[in-house]
Amino acid sequence: MSEPSLLIDNLHVTVEGREILRGVNLTVPRGETHALMGPNGSGKSTLAYTLMGHPKYKVTAGKVLWKGQSLLDLTPDQRAKSGLFLAFQYPVTVPGVSMVNFLRQSLRAVRGKEVAVRDFRKDLKSAMDVLKMDNQFVTRYLNDGFSGGEKKRAEMLQMAMLKPEMAILDETDSGLDIDALRIVSEGVNSLAGPELGVLIITHYQRILNYIKPQHVHVLYRGRVIVSGGPELVGRLENEGYDNIIKEFGPADDDAPQAAA
Amino acid sequence: MAVAAKDVQSGTDYKFGFHDEEDYVFKSQRGLNEQIIRDISAHKKEPEWMTKFRLRAYKHFLNRPLPNWGGDVSDIDFDNIFYYIKPAAEQGKTWGDVPEYIKETFDKLGIPEAERKFLAGVSAQYESEVVYHSIREDLEKMGVVFTDMDTGLREHGDVVKKYFGTVIPPNDNKFASLNSAVWSGGSFVWVPAGVKVEVPLQAYFRINAENMGQFERTLIIAEPGSFVHYVEGCTAPIYSTDSLHSAVVELIALEGARIRYTTIQNWSNNVYNLVTKRALAYRDATVEWVDCNLGSKLTMKYPAVYLMEPGAHGEVLSVAMAGAGQHQDAGAKMVHVAPNTTSIITSKSIAKGGGRTTYRGLVKAYNGAHDVKSKVRCDALLMDDESQSDTYPYMDIEDEKVDVGHEATVSKVGEDQLFYLMSRGLTEAEATNMIVNGFIEPIAKELPMEYAVELNRLVQLEMSGSVG
Ligand SMILES: Nc1ncnc2c1ncn2[C@@H]1O[C@H](COP(=O)(O)OP(=O)(O)OP(=O)(O)O)[C@@H](O)[C@H]1O
Ligand SMILES: [Mg+2]
Repeated sequence: MSEPSLLIDNLHVTVEGREILRGVNLTVPRGETHALMGPNGSGKSTLAYTLMGHPKYKVTAGKVLWKGQSLLDLTPDQRAKSGLFLAFQYPVTVPGVSMVNFLRQSLRAVRGKEVAVRDFRKDLKSAMDVLKMDNQFVTRYLNDGFSGGEKKRAEMLQMAMLKPEMAILDETDSGLDIDALRIVSEGVNSLAGPELGVLIITHYQRILNYIKPQHVHVLYRGRVIVSGGPELVGRLENEGYDNIIKEFGPADDDAPQAAA
Repeated sequence: MAVAAKDVQSGTDYKFGFHDEEDYVFKSQRGLNEQIIRDISAHKKEPEWMTKFRLRAYKHFLNRPLPNWGGDVSDIDFDNIFYYIKPAAEQGKTWGDVPEYIKETFDKLGIPEAERKFLAGVSAQYESEVVYHSIREDLEKMGVVFTDMDTGLREHGDVVKKYFGTVIPPNDNKFASLNSAVWSGGSFVWVPAGVKVEVPLQAYFRINAENMGQFERTLIIAEPGSFVHYVEGCTAPIYSTDSLHSAVVELIALEGARIRYTTIQNWSNNVYNLVTKRALAYRDATVEWVDCNLGSKLTMKYPAVYLMEPGAHGEVLSVAMAGAGQHQDAGAKMVHVAPNTTSIITSKSIAKGGGRTTYRGLVKAYNGAHDVKSKVRCDALLMDDESQSDTYPYMDIEDEKVDVGHEATVSKVGEDQLFYLMSRGLTEAEATNMIVNGFIEPIAKELPMEYAVELNRLVQLEMSGSVG
C-alpha cells in the first residue's frame, strides 16, 4: 500500500443543522480506486460535497488530509486547483455558457495559465473521441437541456480535460445505458494510472465490473460500517444491505453520539 | 488638458470618467424660458415651422405633470440645467477641422480606431452639437443619408418636416415635450427604397458639461424594402451633481423594410436617463430594438413598436443592470394596430448591491387586430438579498383572436451554481461573471462582435464593483 493521499479522520458534518456524517474514517492511497456504497440517504453525496467544499456542509469535527495538507481550509476552487475533482450526481445547469467556453476557462483556472487554443482543441477532440461524444455537443450550454446520460458524460469530459489526481465519481453510472456505461468506464480507465486516485460512489456492481476497486466501503447512517475487498460488492448485490448492517452496523442507531 | 476624474462613489478609476476643460463658443444660461428656445432655434438658423414646433412643445412641457409612476424624478431641478451648449463655431467637415481637444476625447473613446475597422459613418455627439461627422463614400453612393439631425433639417427639410414628431408627438409625455422644445443633435438617417446597409451605422454620445441636459433627437426612415442597423453607444463622465439625458428616437419602417436599433449605454450613476423611443412598422416591415442599459441613477425607457399594417413584426431585446443606488425601469411596448402582426419582447435584468430593476411592458391589440401573436419573456437575476426586481406586464387585448404568451422568472445566483463552477477551479468572482454573462448571452449574441465584448466587459466591471 502506498502513502495515503486522501485521509478522512472522524469527520462530522451537519447540513441545515442536522448531523449527517457522524465520524467517517476513510483512506484512499495514491493511485488506488475505492468504491463507496451505502443505502439512499446514508450520506455519500454529503461526503462528496464536503470534500469539495460546498458551503452548506459544515464540518463540526474531524479532519481531512489531502496530500499531507489539511483540505478543509481551502475554498472549492483551491481544492480543484490542488487536483481534486468531483463528478456530480446532479450536475448543475448554467444557461448561456457554452461547454467549450466553460472548459477553456476552467482549464485555465486549474492550470493557472493560458492554454494554447491548438492544444486545447486537440485535447478536447481526443477526450470526446474516447467518450464517443458528438462534436456539436460542446457548443451547447452547460448541462442545459442535457439528458441524464449526457450530463454524466459531460462530467467525464470535464474530468478528462482537467486531469485531476483524485476523482470522486458520485453515481456517475446511474442514468447511463449499457453502452454508455461501458464507454464512460473505459474513459475513466484511460485516465487511470499510478497518479490518479478514484472514489466511486455507486449502488451497483455493473460499473465495478469495468472499473475494478481495490477496496469497498459501506456507509450507513453517516459512518463507514465496513471496509473490505471487491468481494463485498458481490455480497451486497446478492443479499442487499440488511445482512451487512446486521453484521457490522451500530447496535443502537438512535444513539449516534455514544458510538465511537 | 484632459483630466482623469475619479469616481467619487466607488473610489475606482472610471475609464471614461475623464472630462475636458470647457471651451465653448456659446453657452446658454441655466433654466428654460421662451426666449432661450427662440435663441436656440435662431442660433441654428432653423425654419419657422421648427421654431413654432419647439414653442408649442414647450407649452406642453409646462402643462404636463411629472409622471407619478415608474422611478422617482422629483429630484430633477429643471431650473438648474443648461439646455443648449455649442462647443465649436462650426461643425467639422473633415477630421482635420475637428478641434484638438475634442479629438482627444474621441481618441479616448476609440472612435478613429473603430472607424478604421468598419465604421460606416461616425456621428459623435459632443455636447449638444454634432461636431464631427463622416460618411463612408459607398454609403453616399447608395444614396443613404446619415447625418446629424440639425444638418438633416437644413439639407433634407421636406423629409424631416413630413416625419418629425409624427411618431412621438410633442405632447406625448413631459420629457418628450421637453426634448421637442430644446432638442439638439442626434442623428438623421434616410435609407432609399431597396437599399440594404450591411454595416451598422454608429454614433457615440457623450455628456460633458456639468449639469448639462442632453436632448438628442434621432429620426430614421427606412423606405420600402430597405434595411439599416443603427448603433448608439454612450459613455458619460462622473460628476457630483445630477444630469438629465432625455432623448427622443423616432423610427419609421415602410413596407417590407427592416430597422434594427442597438443601444449600449453606460451613464455615470448620477444621470437621469428618460428616453422616449418609438417605431412605426408598416406592411411586412420589421423593427427591432436591442437595448442595453447600464449605469445611470434612474432609467425610464420603454422602446415601442406600433404594428400599423398586416405582416408587421416588432421585437425588443433588452438588458438592464442596476447596482447600488440605481433604478432601471425599463421594458417595451408593442401596439398591434393591424391584424396578422407579431411581436416578441425579451427582457433580462440584473440587480445587485441593493439595486432595483423593473420590467414594465405593454402588449396592446386593438379591436380588429385579429390573428395577432405576441410573446413576452422577462427574466430577472438577483445577485443578493438586498436587491429588488419587479415585473409589470400590462396586457390590453380588445380582440379575441389574439395569442399572447407571457413568461417571467426571477432567480437568485444560486449557491449550487456557484459551487459547481468553483469546483471546476473558478474563483467566486469568476464564477459569478460566468453566470451573469451566460444570463445575458441571448441578447449579447445579437450585438455586433465588439459591442458584445464591450457589454461583457462593462458588466464585469460593474460586478467587480460589487465584490470590492
Ligand atoms: N442540502 C441539503 N439540505 C437538507 N438536507 C440534506 C442536504 N443534503 C443532504 N441532506 C440530507 O442528508 C442525508 C444524506 O443525503 P445524501 O445526499 O448525502 O445521501 P446519499 O447517500 O448520497 O443518497 P443517494 O444514494 O440517494 O444519493 C439525507 O437525509 C438528505 O436529505
Ligand atoms: Mg447521493
